[in-house]
Amino acid sequence: MSETKPKLAFYWAASCGGCEITITELGMRLVATSKKVDIVFWPCLMDFKYSDVEALEDDEIDVCFFNGAIRSSENEHVANLLRQKSKLLVSFGSCAHTGGIPGLANFYDAESILERVYDTAPSVDESRGTRPTPSFEVPEGIIEIPTFYDQVMTLDQTVEVDYFMPGCPPVADQVWNVFQTILAGELPDKGATIGVDPKTNCDVCPREKGEGGFRVTEWKRPHEVDLDPDLCFLAQGVICCGPATRAGCGLPCISGNMPCRGCYGPPEGVFDQGAKLLSAIGALIDTEEPELVAQIMDTIVDPGGLSYRFGLANSVMAELKYRQRSQESDT
Amino acid sequence: MSQKISIDPITRLEGHGRIDLFLDEEGELANAYMVVPELRGFEKFCEGRPVEEMPRITQRICGVCPLAHHVAAAKAGDAVYHVDPPPAAKKLRELLYASFFVADHATHFYALAAPDFVVGPDAPKAERNLLGVIQKVGEETGSRVLQLLQDNHEIAAIIAGRYIHSVGCIVGGMSKPITEDERQRIEELAARSVETALFSLQLFDQVVLQNQRYVDMVLSDAYAHETYYMGLVDQGNRVNFYDGRVRVVGPEGDELLTYEPHEYLDVVAEHIEPWTYLKFPYLKSVGWKGFVDGPDSGVYRATPLSRLNAAEGMATPKAQAEYERFYDTLGGKPVHATLATHWARLIELLYAAERTVELAQDPEITSDQIRTIPTETPTEGVGIVEAPRGTLTHHYVSDERGLLKRVNLIVGTTNNYAAISMSIKKAAQDLVKAGRVIDDGLLNKIEMAFRAYDPCLGCATHALPGQTPMIVRLYDHQQELVREIRRD
Repeated sequence: MSETKPKLAFYWAASCGGCEITITELGMRLVATSKKVDIVFWPCLMDFKYSDVEALEDDEIDVCFFNGAIRSSENEHVANLLRQKSKLLVSFGSCAHTGGIPGLANFYDAESILERVYDTAPSVDESRGTRPTPSFEVPEGIIEIPTFYDQVMTLDQTVEVDYFMPGCPPVADQVWNVFQTILAGELPDKGATIGVDPKTNCDVCPREKGEGGFRVTEWKRPHEVDLDPDLCFLAQGVICCGPATRAGCGLPCISGNMPCRGCYGPPEGVFDQGAKLLSAIGALIDTEEPELVAQIMDTIVDPGGLSYRFGLANSVMAELKYRQRSQESDT
Repeated sequence: MSQKISIDPITRLEGHGRIDLFLDEEGELANAYMVVPELRGFEKFCEGRPVEEMPRITQRICGVCPLAHHVAAAKAGDAVYHVDPPPAAKKLRELLYASFFVADHATHFYALAAPDFVVGPDAPKAERNLLGVIQKVGEETGSRVLQLLQDNHEIAAIIAGRYIHSVGCIVGGMSKPITEDERQRIEELAARSVETALFSLQLFDQVVLQNQRYVDMVLSDAYAHETYYMGLVDQGNRVNFYDGRVRVVGPEGDELLTYEPHEYLDVVAEHIEPWTYLKFPYLKSVGWKGFVDGPDSGVYRATPLSRLNAAEGMATPKAQAEYERFYDTLGGKPVHATLATHWARLIELLYAAERTVELAQDPEITSDQIRTIPTETPTEGVGIVEAPRGTLTHHYVSDERGLLKRVNLIVGTTNNYAAISMSIKKAAQDLVKAGRVIDDGLLNKIEMAFRAYDPCLGCATHALPGQTPMIVRLYDHQQELVREIRRD
């Protein structure tokens, strides 16, 4: 009875397509699941016309998995549309959840991005300085393109979100768990983060941390040192975002012998992942001298880009910036 | 009455694309525009980031071909730090990369290309998708294809932690060696991939080459452009995905030039149009002449077909035999038929699988000498690999601490933007005629013109029913909607 099958939708906004590929990593499990649901919208694969979504009743979609950040007027428009048409909206993957890698653009504004891409990039020819234009008249008529926003926003800064599923991308086994939970009708209370474990990556990491803890006198970069595959990265003096990152990924990066970069977002009860990381690594510094602390912290290159690698759009820094902007526009 | 027809949306890698067709008063095609309404600005926000983090940051440009960016960024990082990774590290990178090509090319062929040929361009819409393909060829074959993807995802996880957004390649080499047990497992999976690649070529033979209607379509002028072709080649001018010189041949097949990665700015320039966010690369020495082909236009293509045209052969025996059969069948080099790109892609799939086996059997592949720690001051560097969808260039300028000051990227599909636009226009010109009804079959044939390029439409199409959905809206000259045709 197709009427009784739950209706699902998948959408990508400002994203890379990795969230789509992670779903396909389910392989034959996905084929089995596809028989139990009715997918009504999936731009990647199926009829992704906006007019079809517009024609649906409000709340007709049971669950919408939305990946990607909000970068343009088109992204925002579709987020609003899918919110209206969906009973449950799941923020899927890092970009929708905390802004992800595209959120790093919030270190800059739209003008500086456009300037780099269209004015100063070394490969641009004499058309240099031409800018994409929201409504442009060609000889045959008008061509319209979306507006590129000044800042990247997360999905829940744009519309109300019911569940959050972090990860860049969410790993396939967690996607499978979430599908099963939905099909069984066993979702937790709204607002919950799903497809995760309750601890931090540090808590679940099997690497040796050494007897009696360790202290650090200098931070090193991964390409500068031989990386011990069995020892905690922080104990090697290499920054790892494990202490400030929610568990659930199964540590694929750690098992690839590279430190965590925090894509699963802040652990339960922590809003600002970057602040949490900086306080965790600050506590490991082996000195009581304030000057030396500054010196050691100075060996961290790009602290902002490291501690907010996936979360800049969802940080206290971003909040302050928005407040400043709205005050400016008020006056 | 003039009309504008919008095909909105189509997909490309990062989400959305649209085709705007303008008709003149007689109802003939006046012009066609492929509009890319999206930008994320990696070139800017990577400024200030450490060079060594770029293999992990830039793969978020594309989750479909993350390893292309991962490896290109590592190579650009090597160049910035003036460091040469040990031979075992280079082999491990190439092994990882060859295996990735197997998964990526197979995804495109089975999920995107095969529905048009195996199920048929005019088949009922509901069947023209991967499930329709599986139904046609049998569940056993379907699961064999999904197994092929899983096997190669597993190889990436062994070498580099995971397939989507890997971590193995770092400046100076690899993050870890592989063990003998892991090597054996990779060899076993790769051998199975060679078998599935050969099977895929047999399937293409049966379904397409033994069907005169498809052969006519592949060879028809509506799906052909005489352009320049670009591809990475080894010292023997054979196709290579990981390393070598970039070679460009002309529409007659003669070599125009070759270049090293650091020389890319001497060869490639980008043109900007105000009605789209994506730029149009072209060959600087020939010049930008607009959306036209021929020897006087700098438009080039960088696709599987282009790589075969730009090279003189394949470096593995089974793929070389297929390469020869390809040109024997299609009447010699170069081949301009855009739809032959599907066949070329399968030949590359076979090469990639064979190369994975070769590297897995290399005695040096389990060496623990996989890192060179940089000692020189970082400056500037360019890294190039062949991404599945075209030559991929990462160009970094660093300060003395290894923090990026300037970044420039020319990405796989972007190379083909002008050619894709031209292919769409030519197919539409052939199909959109005064008085002709615009129906689903017509829409699919326009789609086939760009689908051959694999503009990253392959995302997630492994296992669910689907097609590129389309809507065509006809407006009158006052932009009033006259008619809407939907393909559901």
